[in-house]
Amino acid sequence: MSAAASPRAARPRVGADAIAGKGWLGAHKWLLLRRLSQLGILALFLAGPWFGLWIVKGNLSSSLTLDVLPLTDPFLLAQSFATGTLPYKEALIGAGIVVAFYLFVGGRVFCSWVCPMNLVTDAAAWLRRRLGLKGGKIPSADTRYWLLGFMLIAAFATGSLAWEWVNPVSMLHRGLIFGFGLAWGIVGGVFLYDLLIATRGWCGHICPMGAFYSLLGAAALVRVSAAQRSACDDCMDCFAVCPEPQVIRPALKAAGQDHPVILDRNCTNCGRCVDVCGKNVFRITTRFDRSES
Amino acid sequence: MGDTQDKPVGQGGPSPRRRFLREAAGVAGGACLLSLGVGLYAKQASALPAIALRPPGALAEADFLAACVRCGLCVRDCPYDTLKLAELGDGVATGTPYFNARQIACEMCEDIPCVAACPTGALDRSLTDIGKARMGLAVLIDHETCLNFLGLRCDVCYRVCPVIDKAITLERQHNPRSDRHAMLLPTVHSDYCTGCGKCEKSCVLPGEAAIKVLPLKLAQGSQAEHYRKGWEEKEAAGQSLIGEQLELPVRGLEGRSYGDTRVAPGQGPAPAAPVQPGSGLDSGWKP
Repeated sequence: MSAAASPRAARPRVGADAIAGKGWLGAHKWLLLRRLSQLGILALFLAGPWFGLWIVKGNLSSSLTLDVLPLTDPFLLAQSFATGTLPYKEALIGAGIVVAFYLFVGGRVFCSWVCPMNLVTDAAAWLRRRLGLKGGKIPSADTRYWLLGFMLIAAFATGSLAWEWVNPVSMLHRGLIFGFGLAWGIVGGVFLYDLLIATRGWCGHICPMGAFYSLLGAAALVRVSAAQRSACDDCMDCFAVCPEPQVIRPALKAAGQDHPVILDRNCTNCGRCVDVCGKNVFRITTRFDRSES
Repeated sequence: MGDTQDKPVGQGGPSPRRRFLREAAGVAGGACLLSLGVGLYAKQASALPAIALRPPGALAEADFLAACVRCGLCVRDCPYDTLKLAELGDGVATGTPYFNARQIACEMCEDIPCVAACPTGALDRSLTDIGKARMGLAVLIDHETCLNFLGLRCDVCYRVCPVIDKAITLERQHNPRSDRHAMLLPTVHSDYCTGCGKCEKSCVLPGEAAIKVLPLKLAQGSQAEHYRKGWEEKEAAGQSLIGEQLELPVRGLEGRSYGDTRVAPGQGPAPAAPVQPGSGLDSGWKP
C-alpha cells in the first residue's frame, strides 16, 4: 500500500493520519510482521521442494519439522474423529501442540498470521476499498459456526473428511507446495466472492476452519486493548481495516463492557488497528491488562 | 460495512428473540444446504479411477478417505517420487496420495518409508513386509497386443517383477498358429502380486501397456464359496469323496496316464497325405 492519497476517495486514505504521525513503517509495523510470518512459514514449507532444504515436510494439514516436531490441524483431526477414525499418536500429539499454542496466543492468530488464504482475502478487501465497491450480499457472521457443526455431521454421515473436498484453505496451501491442478479456480472464487459479493465474506463469515480457531481462542491470553480509547477521534480507520469490525466497538466505545480489552473470540490479533490508528489508541497486551493508559 | 448483523438488536421492529430465531433459522438453513451439497459431492466423487493406485498399506478406500489428512508426508518420504498428491481435476480425492504405475511404479522399499511417515494411520503400520502389500493386482489385460501372446519371447513383465516366478510365471502353451512353437504366457498369481506396477511400467508396448495393475476390486472376481473344488477336497480327505472313477481306454492313447490327451508330433492319427516338400510351416496336421 502506498502512502499517497487516493484520487478516488473524497476523504484521506485509511491510515493517513497514522502515516503522518508514525511514518510509513510505523503505520505498517504489524502488517509487515504478519506478512513476514505468513510468507516465512510458506517459505519453510517451500524450501524443501524448491531447494532441497528439508526443514518442514508436509503442509498445514499435518507436517513434520526437522524430523521431530509433528503438527496437525486440529479441525481436520476433529473431522477425522467424527468419521470414527482414531489416528496414530503422531497426529494426536501434533494436534495437541497446535491446540495448546492457539489456546495461548488466540485461535484466530492462525487466520491472520499463518493461513495463506489471508493474503488472498486481504488483497480482495484492499482492492474493494480502493475501488470503492459497495453493496453485495453478506451472510450472517454466524454462518461459519453452523457450517462447522454441519461439517462435523457431514463427516460423520459420509464417513469421509467431507470439508476437505472443497476446503479452499488447505487447497491453497497444498497447491502452493504440491501443485494446484484446478484448485486455482476455488481460490479465485474466494477472491472474487470477497471482492464483489461480501466484504470479508470468506474469513469473517463462512470459513468453518476459522470458526474452529475462534472457539479455540475464546479464552486466549494475548489480546488487543483499546487502552487509549479516550484519545479516539472517531476517524473510523480501525473499523475500515479490521477483518472483524464488530469486535472493536465493545472495547473502544465501552458498549456492554467497562474495560478496553477486545475479548471477542473472533478478533484475529492481526494488529492492523494498532497500525492505522493515528492516536495510538490500541496496543497488543494480555487479557488481564485492563488498564487505560 | 453493510452488514446488518452488526447493528444492535432490539430497536423497534420484531422482538429481539423473534429476530434472532428468524436469523438463526436462515443461517442454519443456508449452512445446512451447503453442508448437504458438500457431503453429497464428497460421496459422489469418492470413486477412485482404475489407474490411480494407493500407496502400500493404504486402508480400504472408504476408511482411507476418513483417515488421510492429505498432508503429503508419504509423498515426501517416497525416495523414487512415485507418490503424488491428487490435484483438483485428477479424478482422485483432492490432496490424497496415489501413483500411476505406467508413469512411475512402486519400488517396494523394504523399510516402507511412506507407511512410516503417515501420521494418521491411513497407511497402516501393521504392514511391515512389503511383499504383503496389495496396492492392486496386475492383469494381463490385452491378449491381442501382448508380444508373448503373439508367440514372441518378450518376457519383460516377468523379468522385472520383484516377485519373479511367484507373482508372475511363464506358462508354456502350444502355439496353434505355427503349431510347432510354444507360447510362454505371463500369468499373474494374486497370492504374491503386490500391485507395485513394475510390469505395467516396463511393458514394451508404446503408449498403453498390455499388462495393467488394477484395483483388487476390479481385477478379481469374488470367490465362489459354495463350490467345492474336487482336487482340493480330495487332497484334504486323502481320497476322492465320490470313490474311484472308472477309467476307460481311449483309442490311440493307450499307455498314457488317464486323461492325458496331449498330442506330440508324430503321435495321433497319421496325416491324410504326405507333406510336400516346400510347403512352408504347414505340418499338414488336421484335427
